[in-house]
Amino acid sequence: MVNGLSLGAIYALIALGYTMVYGIIMLINFAHGDILMVGAYIGFFSVVVLGTNIFVAMAIAMIACAVLGVVIEKVAYRPLRNSTRIAALITAIGVSFFLEYTTIFFLTPNQRVYPAEAFPVTNYDVMGITLSSKDIFVFISAVVLMVILQYIIKRTKTGKAMRAVSLDKEAAMLMGISVDKTISITFAIGSALAAAAGVMIGVYYNSINPLMGIIPGLKAFVAAVLGGIGIIPGAMVGGFLMGILETLVSGYGSSLYRDAVAFGVLIIILLIKPTGLFGKNTGEKV
Amino acid sequence: MQKTQHFKPVQFIIEVGILVVIFTLVQYLISAGLLNQYYQINLASICINIILAVSLNLINGFTGQLSLGHAGFMAVGAYASVIMTTYMELPFIVGIIAACLAAALAGFIIGVPTLRLRGDYLAIATLGFGEIIRVVLQNIDYVNGPAGIMGISKLSTWPWLFGSVVITILVIVNLVNSSYGRAIISVREDEVAAELMGVNTTKYKVLAFVVGAMFAGLAGALYAHYFYIIKPETFNFMKSFDILVMVVLGGLGSTTGAIIAAIFITVLTAALQSFPAIRMILYAVILVTVMIYRPQGLMGNRELGRRTFGRLWGDKK
Repeated sequence: MVNGLSLGAIYALIALGYTMVYGIIMLINFAHGDILMVGAYIGFFSVVVLGTNIFVAMAIAMIACAVLGVVIEKVAYRPLRNSTRIAALITAIGVSFFLEYTTIFFLTPNQRVYPAEAFPVTNYDVMGITLSSKDIFVFISAVVLMVILQYIIKRTKTGKAMRAVSLDKEAAMLMGISVDKTISITFAIGSALAAAAGVMIGVYYNSINPLMGIIPGLKAFVAAVLGGIGIIPGAMVGGFLMGILETLVSGYGSSLYRDAVAFGVLIIILLIKPTGLFGKNTGEKV
Repeated sequence: MQKTQHFKPVQFIIEVGILVVIFTLVQYLISAGLLNQYYQINLASICINIILAVSLNLINGFTGQLSLGHAGFMAVGAYASVIMTTYMELPFIVGIIAACLAAALAGFIIGVPTLRLRGDYLAIATLGFGEIIRVVLQNIDYVNGPAGIMGISKLSTWPWLFGSVVITILVIVNLVNSSYGRAIISVREDEVAAELMGVNTTKYKVLAFVVGAMFAGLAGALYAHYFYIIKPETFNFMKSFDILVMVVLGGLGSTTGAIIAAIFITVLTAALQSFPAIRMILYAVILVTVMIYRPQGLMGNRELGRRTFGRLWGDKK
């Protein structure tokens, strides 16, 4: 259960990035999981090469990935904003593979072990439940980031612009909001959250590799759909649900089927309630 | 508007003649030992990839439904045929028919619920199903789980490969040019409008999906009986992605484009065999560049064929 919560916190962070990007430009950012991977590597190198502690490493990874996210959006997605959604989706898949294999090319496909000394593990005993400092670290930093995100979206001008653009792009433009700038900021925030999640996965599982982003990325996507894609609280709830569900399945059932469960959940939701738990039904307009 | 093509006996004979010449030429080269193993393997890969690309093009290109689970159907076909030939020791043709039927059935089971979804959701759902097929195969002991099946007899000979390619292309081209094909294309162009005109969109989407899956199963059967070994890992998302690159590069909705791209990508893969990472980076760059500068693919939805070569046949169009 504790594992489920911290895993869920990680999924929720990734799912937030998916949901924000989808909400604003209606694009499933397939490269999101790979931004996470890049974040994990940046965190790794900043701990190993620069010798920073894990919090500084996370901050560096977040900033670097925010820049990466903006660049990807400018180079690959912006020219396609008015083309078909299939074209945009295929581009996103292309970007994802580009990130993965560029990393493999430069850093070899081998696993790397996250330095243990960067984060000493201690176990606490709270009311009969063993809590590892890893779990606490992951959970608390995820929650802090989510609170910051909520503040940005609800209370700042940028957040207001983001909400306006996702509601109606043309109207937002007429109101004097720079749509391009807002989309860039969305990508920056989403990618930064993914980078934080990447560092957390590194700490949590101790190892990273260039293809590590695919599976968490897909599962977080499922989480985003579960909560209703485009809806921010939905992504958080969906993420936690996915984490807990997955821990339960691998705890009580076959761990081999763990990956299939995520997709099974996805397909069931899409068939029963495609808009997700928190979604509203909107008819298609012609 | 495409003009109704009347049956032209001379042209028909010439076309069949060209096919026969290609077939006998390669058959002669193989039997005379002029093509070494390396070229033969590439030739087989080209044939298999053409079948995959043309069949995926029916789903992605003509019907406009982005499917990312093509490798899953290929896996179903491969396993079904191997169970028939290696486990039950039935002739290859039974294996191939079983592969087609099993993959078509899988396509039907998956297609009926998922094709209600649109665009991005469909892509993810098919991707999910493709992965589920793989995970399930990994957990079935009857087919050796993750280790896969080894020691499959090599039955995919050149006549089988060539024949399958020709049949695939014939069926799909004729399907697309029939009234079914027009309905299928209308779904791609505007689903709502097609529905208003009385086209049963679900029916045609499922039809295209099942036919596409069936030929992917055929390709899977040929693959299994050429490369001796199949394991679930072969048919992962990467394989679907490979096929998608061919379709996108060739042009969504162009059969000849898909064929050319399948040949090109196979040759490129063979040439870059020693640099797998570079190959994938190149794929990704090709994909993104093509989408940005030419979203309809290199060939768009144009076909290379009678019209282009019309003058060769003295066909004044």
